[in-house]
Parts: sequence; C-alpha cells; structure tokens
Amino acid sequence: MKITQQATDTTLTLILDGELDASSSVILDGELAKPDVLEYQKILIDCQRLNYISSAGLGVFISHLQRLQEANVKLIFFNMQEKVHNVFEILGLDALMTIVPTQAEAAAF
Amino acid sequence: MKKDIRISCSRKNLKVVRDFVNDYLTTYDLSELQLNQIVLAVDEVVANLIIHANAEDESRSLCLSIDFANHVVDIAIEDSSPVAYRPSTFREPDLNEHVRLAKKGGVGMALVNRIMDSVEFTTSGALNICRLHKRVS
Repeated sequence: MKITQQATDTTLTLILDGELDASSSVILDGELAKPDVLEYQKILIDCQRLNYISSAGLGVFISHLQRLQEANVKLIFFNMQEKVHNVFEILGLDALMTIVPTQAEAAAF
Repeated sequence: MKKDIRISCSRKNLKVVRDFVNDYLTTYDLSELQLNQIVLAVDEVVANLIIHANAEDESRSLCLSIDFANHVVDIAIEDSSPVAYRPSTFREPDLNEHVRLAKKGGVGMALVNRIMDSVEFTTSGALNICRLHKRVS
C-alpha cells in the first residue's frame, strides 16, 4: 500500500495505491491518526488505484469517522472501483460513509 | 482440480493467500465481484486465524485447500491453534455502535457469513477446520 498526500489550505487528499488488508491498514491508520488531519475541512480518499479492501481497511475508516465528524471534518471517498464499493455495500457502510463517483464531486461536496 | 497451500502465521502471508485463491479461481468463469468476494472471505478467516488464534506466531502454520467443481467453490482452512473460533460467539455488528466506540475490528466474520453460502468451524483432536462453501453462477 502506497499513500500519496496532496494538501490545500482546506482539503487533504489521500491517494491510495494497492491493497488495504490487515497488514497494510496500519499505515493508513497512522496517517488518519495524525492530529493535523483535524485542521482540514475535508479529507478526500482517492480510491482509483485501491484494488482491494478487507475488514481491517474498513475498520480504519470506521474507527476515525466519529473523531472526524466531531471536528467537522468531512470524509469523502471518490473514484472507487466497483469491487471495492461492493465490500462497503455488503457491510452497509455505503449508507454511513460519503462515496461519490468523481474527484470534482468530492471537491464540491 | 483441488489445490492447497501451507503458510506460516504471519500477516505478511495474507497477500500470498489472496494471490493463491485469485490465481486458482481466475481459470474459472467468475465475475470480478464474485472473485473478489471469495478472496475477501478467505482473507478474513485466515487473518483471524493468524492474528487472533495463533497470535502471529510464525513457527505455527495453517493449510488452505480449494476446489471448484460444478459451479461450487469449497475451501478448507486447517490450523492447530489451542484457541478455536466458536461461531456461537458471533454477533451481527451494529455499525453505528462501531463508529461511536471507534472500533477497528469485529466486522470480518459478518462479511464472511454474508458472502458465503455456508461457513463451518469444527475441531477434530488438535486440528481446527474452517469450511467455506459457495455456489456461483
């Protein structure tokens, strides 16, 4: 799993590249746990090159969602592959998380 | 044709297991979603066995076998941990509670149960066996 960051004054975009499983999810957890994450208005997760997600990856997002919401930071996923979106759907997480098709829609959210 | 693989109990081997299952099933005409779901179900069970049942003790190992015939996938995962998973302890996760409590785990077996047609855990002597079964279209 490779994570690339792009930041503006208001938005932090995390570009995920690879597979998010019980081994690699520790890296993402470390990024989202950083205190400066709460200084942004939006955290955008670019999933275009996210090829796989397991419950460990989902668990990272679940565990940070309330902390982000309490700090008024929006968490928005975009460019998600169908097979990854399907995993969110199986668990019902698509109803709790904000998932939009494109980066433009994520930026405008 | 049935195939099997043995791995040590390191979470680094999760990728090895996923590639093994993916490579095996790619030869059959499954949709990308079905293939990903079965790989995910196996990954979840193997991750639980490696991390929880065997405490990531790399001197321990587990064996996975997979067979596809007549549109049915059968997978068996064997380990010899003294801590066997008890399905009776399973609770459907309340996602709102997971968010409120910032829980990282506890949803993997829900995925497995929702993806596969049947999930069985048995213990025979020192051997624990998890059997996953799914009919695919």
